[in-house]
Amino acid sequence: MDMKATKKLGLKDRYRNQTRGLHWDTTYQPMDEVFPYDKYEGIKIHDWEKWEDPFRLTMDAYWKYQAEKERKLYAVLDAFNQSNGHLNVTDARYINAIKLFFAAIPLHEYMAHRGFAIAGRQFRGVGPRVACQMQSIDEIRHMQTQMHTASNYNKYYNGMHAVHHQLPRMWYASVPKSFFDDAITAGPFEWMIAIGFSFEYVLTNLLFVPFMSGAAYNGDLGSMTFGFSAQSDEARHMTLGLECIKFMLEQDPDNLPIVQRWIDKWTWRGTRVLSLVAMMMDYMLPKRVMSWKEAWEIYFEQNGGALFKDLERYGIKLPKCALQGIEEKEHISHQLWAGIYQWNFGTSVHSWVPSDDELDWLSAKYPNTFDKYYRPRWEFWREQEKTGTQFINTGLAENCQVCQFPMLFTEPGDPTTLCHRETHYKEERYHFCSDHCKEIFENEPEKYIQAWLPMNQLPQGTCGGGTLEGWMEWVHLVPGQDNGNFEGSQDQANFQKWKGQVTGNN
Amino acid sequence: MSNVFIAFQTTEDSRPIVESILADNPGAKATESPGMVKIDAEGSLTVKRTSIEERIGRAFDLQELQVHLITISGHLDEDDDEFTLAWPN
Amino acid sequence: MQLDLQAITLQPLRHTFDNLKERFGDKPATRYQEGTYDIQQNYLYHYRPTWDPDREIFDERRTAIKMADWYKFADPRQYYYGTYTIARSRQQEAADANFQLALDEGLADTAPDSLRKLLLTVLLPMRHVEWGANMNNTFISSYSYGTAINAATIFHAMDRLGIAQSISRVGLAVGGEEILDEAKTLWMDAPQWQPLRRYVEDTLVVKDWFELFIAQNLALDSFLYPFLYTHVSKEAGKSGSPFYTLATTFQKEWYGETSRWVDAMVKAAANESAENKALVQGWIQAYRAKAEAAVTALAETVFAGNTAGVMAAINADLDARLKKIGL
Repeated sequence: MDMKATKKLGLKDRYRNQTRGLHWDTTYQPMDEVFPYDKYEGIKIHDWEKWEDPFRLTMDAYWKYQAEKERKLYAVLDAFNQSNGHLNVTDARYINAIKLFFAAIPLHEYMAHRGFAIAGRQFRGVGPRVACQMQSIDEIRHMQTQMHTASNYNKYYNGMHAVHHQLPRMWYASVPKSFFDDAITAGPFEWMIAIGFSFEYVLTNLLFVPFMSGAAYNGDLGSMTFGFSAQSDEARHMTLGLECIKFMLEQDPDNLPIVQRWIDKWTWRGTRVLSLVAMMMDYMLPKRVMSWKEAWEIYFEQNGGALFKDLERYGIKLPKCALQGIEEKEHISHQLWAGIYQWNFGTSVHSWVPSDDELDWLSAKYPNTFDKYYRPRWEFWREQEKTGTQFINTGLAENCQVCQFPMLFTEPGDPTTLCHRETHYKEERYHFCSDHCKEIFENEPEKYIQAWLPMNQLPQGTCGGGTLEGWMEWVHLVPGQDNGNFEGSQDQANFQKWKGQVTGNN
Repeated sequence: MSNVFIAFQTTEDSRPIVESILADNPGAKATESPGMVKIDAEGSLTVKRTSIEERIGRAFDLQELQVHLITISGHLDEDDDEFTLAWPN
Repeated sequence: MQLDLQAITLQPLRHTFDNLKERFGDKPATRYQEGTYDIQQNYLYHYRPTWDPDREIFDERRTAIKMADWYKFADPRQYYYGTYTIARSRQQEAADANFQLALDEGLADTAPDSLRKLLLTVLLPMRHVEWGANMNNTFISSYSYGTAINAATIFHAMDRLGIAQSISRVGLAVGGEEILDEAKTLWMDAPQWQPLRRYVEDTLVVKDWFELFIAQNLALDSFLYPFLYTHVSKEAGKSGSPFYTLATTFQKEWYGETSRWVDAMVKAAANESAENKALVQGWIQAYRAKAEAAVTALAETVFAGNTAGVMAAINADLDARLKKIGL
């Protein structure tokens, strides 16, 4: 009973006493009622005490370090806003990259907050519960710092004013929305594999590191700052995801097939969502950091490869979809940007045909595919633009029933044919962009038949009455301002004007 | 053997951390990109408290790393003195 | 001499996002507003939860109270993550300084037996109650409706974890791991702790999140905090050592701030409609009696014959608080 005992305790014991020690097994209420949701997915846990805490932050240290990060971040953001920092970006086209980011990410960071709160309440083990709660509150941070960065951009540029309304309504926003809706409607263990492991560990580097380096390259100090600052929490989150999968696999051999199926599913779903990042890196950043292909090689093939090699000892195999991802790294950015370009009357980002030096960069980065399949198309479309016959696709593509992308990706092994799969379920026909999405559907058809597909809704008149004008009003898309070509846009004109104002004397 | 890595924001505060990592882990390689420095090492990489303290001339809590970290790869083991990333096989 | 340093002023196209413009007009929004309002989706969900297949992902029906606008639960402190963590780190720093001073002065080692007993038998087992409060607020954050309430409740949940940890550190300082184990044995087995443990465990299975909010953050806490950090604290001072007070300054300041937020939430719900008010009143009535009984069982071990006086003072404060809310 003296103080020396305390001083001898190392970090691990101090942390254990301040977290694990708080727990007790309830006796007035059965444990299964206090924790009703951690058994129904079929994952068997025999001893929650075997959980290893990854980072051992107690709340006093958490507040201290997080407050320090926040002070720094908001100081930069304030200075950035006060000095019209947005005018220092390479070119107003760049702003479309962050429009896409702000439309797709902050509101889903929020979904991550809710999902981790649920996991942070429902796991029976104290260690994972505390770690999930900490991640839950971190995700609020990410949502808010992103909204606060978006705020100033929204004042000066179009296309960001309605992200809240567009989250459920905009056709491409339904891609990340269906991803997070899918994860949060799963049980807590699948949530951890979906977001904690597949997204945070395997894929998050592909989102944040290239995007934030892209922001830095393109003079966007604001986005760079929130991005790197958010990423400092990710190190904690990734470790949680990795610990969780190890824990599940070590607890019972019966968990292996369930976990493997979830890894297969969520690696694919995540890869599909990240096509948006691929497009951004290859087409939307005026000054390129690296190609999507290079980023994929570093962060998926090398880093993910090391991870899966490590998990082999549990019997985990590299997800089947990885092979298709490796093949598609040469294609998806080109196919998706082409999709955005031809439907750009219905997007709240502007699009454009790459300039000559950009086409050259793409040719150099994609020697196997770009000149053969994509460059001729861009050059043709550029000619069409010149003659006033720009290619506009007013047809509605079908959505994949699972990932919700319009059918715009091609057959494995044949980049000239669109890939299309279908299946019958209870008298209905369902369409898919790939074998992997089809397989995901077939594992849980009752879930995916519920999907709300934007393209199917349009003709039914549920989205503004069935006309294009009605739809635009319904999604809060202001025609002539938010959508269409970058060339001739209000954004382009304003940027030039303001740039002149701050650098000239008129 | 697979690589582990750790990346920091490029700041005045992270410089002595990066220096001590490079000194303590022969074979570790730093790559600079805008706003960020990434250190790769084969198999494992250790950040040592005392080594950082020698460089900054004050006490350092390894949890302060949190403020400057961008990303890591590998299994983490952290105590009061060392922060280690490793792929065990 | 005047130094005229000025950035060029550009004419913005708009001042804020559409959703905030619809609520507050086209003017610059606060960071609290930008980070809170309408962030939670509210329709066109793709799938029903496998854990609650009869409801939507976010569903207003997870409580019996009804609100026309769930953002009436706006936080009067206007905490977003940045202001929240900065406020807590300041409070924590101040509290740490006090605690460190107490340790440096050797107050933990030289604590008189009467104080040591009070710490072991009253304060230290409370870390489990705080852990229950953490779970309950995490529950509310998980299943409540609208960002205003669920962001504030995850902040609150983390506060309760922080307090549980702070109490644990007090235990480690005065008696190492052994005293924490002893305190846990009291929590599990000592008769005077059982009404409180039963109360906490019963709240862990409450499914209506606003009922839970009342049960935990209003009914229980309004007995617990004044008891521990006003009355027991005073009693501890009689030992001649200021250790108890120095070791619990965080909780005292925190409760002053937090109870105002709790009151604002209860008021928002009750003011919405007569139906809500009846529900809130019913819950207060039901939980208040149980919370009082649970805390009384502990108070008797500290105040013996003075227990009634202490409980009357706590009850009077709560009555005044409820009156102010309009209940």
